[in-house]
Amino acid sequence: MMERGLLSIEDLDREDIELILDTAFHMKEVGRREVKKVPTLRGRTIINLFFESSTRTRTSFEIAGKRLSADVVNFSPSASSLTKRESILDTAKTLDAMDPDAVVIRHEVAGVPKQIADQLTAPVINAGDGAHEHPTQALLDLMTVVEEKGRIDGLTVTIIGDITHSRVARSNIYAFTKMGAEVRVAGPPTMLPAQVESLGVKAFRSLREALDGADVVMALRIQLERLTGSLFPSVREYSATFGLDRAKLRFAKDDAIVMHPGPVNRGVELSHDLANRRPSVILDQVRNGVALRMAVLYLLAGQKRGAEEER
Amino acid sequence: MASDPPVQVRPETSAAPASAGVVLDDVAIQRALVRIAHEIVERNDELARLYLVGIPNGGVPLARQIAQNLREVAGIEVTVGVLDTTLYRDDRLMRGIRPRLRRTEMPSAVDDRLVILVDDVASTGRTIRAAMDALMDFGRPRAVQVVALVDRGHRELPIKIDYVGKNIPTQRSDHVELRARAGGVGMEVVLMQGKGAPS
Repeated sequence: MMERGLLSIEDLDREDIELILDTAFHMKEVGRREVKKVPTLRGRTIINLFFESSTRTRTSFEIAGKRLSADVVNFSPSASSLTKRESILDTAKTLDAMDPDAVVIRHEVAGVPKQIADQLTAPVINAGDGAHEHPTQALLDLMTVVEEKGRIDGLTVTIIGDITHSRVARSNIYAFTKMGAEVRVAGPPTMLPAQVESLGVKAFRSLREALDGADVVMALRIQLERLTGSLFPSVREYSATFGLDRAKLRFAKDDAIVMHPGPVNRGVELSHDLANRRPSVILDQVRNGVALRMAVLYLLAGQKRGAEEER
Repeated sequence: MASDPPVQVRPETSAAPASAGVVLDDVAIQRALVRIAHEIVERNDELARLYLVGIPNGGVPLARQIAQNLREVAGIEVTVGVLDTTLYRDDRLMRGIRPRLRRTEMPSAVDDRLVILVDDVASTGRTIRAAMDALMDFGRPRAVQVVALVDRGHRELPIKIDYVGKNIPTQRSDHVELRARAGGVGMEVVLMQGKGAPS
């Protein structure tokens, strides 16, 4: 499953996810050491290929690779020959000729990491493609919930926001349902895909009903640039109806935690107060992101070359 | 294969192959661990800063038992840590093998401490080398010594075991394993002939 890379959560089975999480919890211990570095991927090269800018995810992958002693090279379109109209696949083949041991890809178009993966000998890790998937985000969210709740099985997870356009929502729906949670989604009707319930979730238009009895509440980032469209009338209205604050959170379980993939539009998806303090666990998500990405790089980088030598 | 067979303490669930033989029973293991505790006391002047570090999985219960023996023999309290060497195993990692990680728990700093690494079965020396590298990332010990319950030979690195429970001559293709006895009470070391070292 993980042999050729990590392109989506949809491709993974429960066993894959459990192996990644178990590895990530061990990696977290490395981050608490005085020397936060192990020699595991010494001599390996990881290319961060980010067609769409994302300082946070890219930095997280970069730190993860460096803590494993890999050489991490950042490659982003503005600094590359992509501006010279070199095609994406040409770029991929050029990079492949440099013999990387793993390539981390983010692209604004769904499916591009898979397309590139088909051309590469190195494993590809999808760091977010369009509205398709963002697998490492979902995995770090699982990790954070396991840390907080001790399990996933049997929990109720409510995801709020623009479900239609969110790769985070999509990956999390796959991740949490595969691990045995009940997943609910809530948002304005224009943000709920018509066929969303076919993914095994329950869709709600009322936040109150969606939150009733929830153990985990996940607010998605509203893409403010989309606000000019017709998805909803105004930021104020969205925030009044679906923005999470302590008053609305009372509908969820008393010990519910609040998550957000960041960066937060304060006062839109989450109140200032919730964004800063428990029960929100946003900074734990960031911290776990590094450990989780270390786990994925450990399991994937350099695998293929090794397999050849074994023969 | 030229590497230590991974030795695990695990409940005896699957039937052992016909050629499996117990080379060290629980009584012999306990006796060896008492003797090793005495040897540690004899050989070291300063025992106050002793730090036993078990290498998972087999080294961990052995380190705990030696710590208890030291308490009884010399009346000293010993820190016990757990140190997984997997991330430092360049031999396996370079072949693309990705073993499952095991836990590491180092409860206090190793600086200026006498650290004694505890492993169940010593062979090539690669686990000990990896453990020493890992240890150095936790600080600077005053000295490092090594305990192995079984030394089965086939060293590939200049590593000396300071305290050996028992030397057991083996073929390279044999598999030696410390495991929990059936029923879960006590431990035993078994040798499986020609089973080969799984990687």
